[in-house]
Amino acid sequence: MGALVLAAGDEFTPPTAEAFNLPPIFGWVTKPMLLIVLSVVLIIGFFLLSSRKLSVVPGKGQFLVESFYDFGRNNIAREQIGSKDFLRFLPLILGLFSFVLVNNLFGIVPILQFPTMSHIGFPLALSVLVVYPVYHYAGIRRHGLGGYLKHQLVPPGAPKAVYILLTPIEFFTKFIMNPLTLAIRVFAAMFAGHLLIMLFGISAEFLLLHGDGITKIFSVFSFGGALAITFIEVLIMSIQAFIFALLSANYIGAALADEH
Amino acid sequence: MILAAGEEYNPVMPHVAEIIIGLIAFLLLLWVLRKFVVPRFEKLYEERTAKIEGGIEKAEKAQAEAEQALEQYKAQLAEARSEAAKIRDDARLEAETIKAELRAEAEQEASRIVAQGEAQLQQQRAQLVAELRADLGRNSVALASRIVGESLEDEARRRGTVDRFLTELDAGADGAGARN
Repeated sequence: MGALVLAAGDEFTPPTAEAFNLPPIFGWVTKPMLLIVLSVVLIIGFFLLSSRKLSVVPGKGQFLVESFYDFGRNNIAREQIGSKDFLRFLPLILGLFSFVLVNNLFGIVPILQFPTMSHIGFPLALSVLVVYPVYHYAGIRRHGLGGYLKHQLVPPGAPKAVYILLTPIEFFTKFIMNPLTLAIRVFAAMFAGHLLIMLFGISAEFLLLHGDGITKIFSVFSFGGALAITFIEVLIMSIQAFIFALLSANYIGAALADEH
Repeated sequence: MILAAGEEYNPVMPHVAEIIIGLIAFLLLLWVLRKFVVPRFEKLYEERTAKIEGGIEKAEKAQAEAEQALEQYKAQLAEARSEAAKIRDDARLEAETIKAELRAEAEQEASRIVAQGEAQLQQQRAQLVAELRADLGRNSVALASRIVGESLEDEARRRGTVDRFLTELDAGADGAGARN
């Protein structure tokens, strides 16, 4: 919000995409870059410290960590990949989930106050450069190149003529769209969410400072709206992180699956 | 849209620097998770599983042992009961035998005593009879000699008289006994 400068006059200027164009803090380093590094430091610190002294009978703190770990392990990875192979991919799924979650939540943390994933470069790095090669590689290793292509592009059970249409669609989905939609989904949600919070916050400020007489009161509603949106954002941030990890696991599971 | 100084910002175009930094940061996170975190948790889960399974196994074993002990106790109790019943039966049987033996012995003793008494009586009677017979003879003779005045010193005659008298007495006594 601080990045946005109000017009000096009485004219209200709504936040735009330009609000996401943050100037470098030093050199070429921008705020999102620092946040990405901070998130990795936080997650690594959290997991390393909490897993230092694990006991068979968990205490309260360990129970919380385990709940988080179990959620990534059982509800996402094992559910989507299957109990046979999921352990190999567990670090990846757990990493994606915690990485996206923490970076999303940065959007509502005071001072940080910027969801890193609203810069599309970060989700694209994860989906195109990490998830995409991993699931294709896993599939090719399991089925062989030809077997994997057949497995992915010619799903059994359809009439022959349908394949003329189905195979290009499957190719388009699995080899082009999947990584893009995966990245765009979380990017768009974070971008729009942050824009909304800014809009409510800035309008509250504007009404309070520049409103004349009775219109100042409406600032309260704007401020209330900003609060409400913030709470909804927490939900959306968590859900988007969950979906990102879930779909990644789902792609891997589909690539490894024996039958369609 | 609103312009900024210099080039226009397009949120859909990724920055190469961000992609590279995002990738490096994530790969670092992934490496730590793979190398340390996940193995630690999985090791814990394995331990926990082993412990729970071990616990269940132990509990099952203990239960089986308890059941076996119970069976054994029950068997022993039944055995003890049947043995007690047997002992009781034996005791009863033995008591009856002892009772019967005692009774028989007592009866035998009683009859022996009775017989002995009878024999004694017979003997005494016979003795008395003999004594009486001798006394009676002597007294009779003395009385008779005194009454008759006649000396019955003569052996032959005395014997004859006395014997005749006694015979008659016996006959009379026997006849009276028979009549009673």
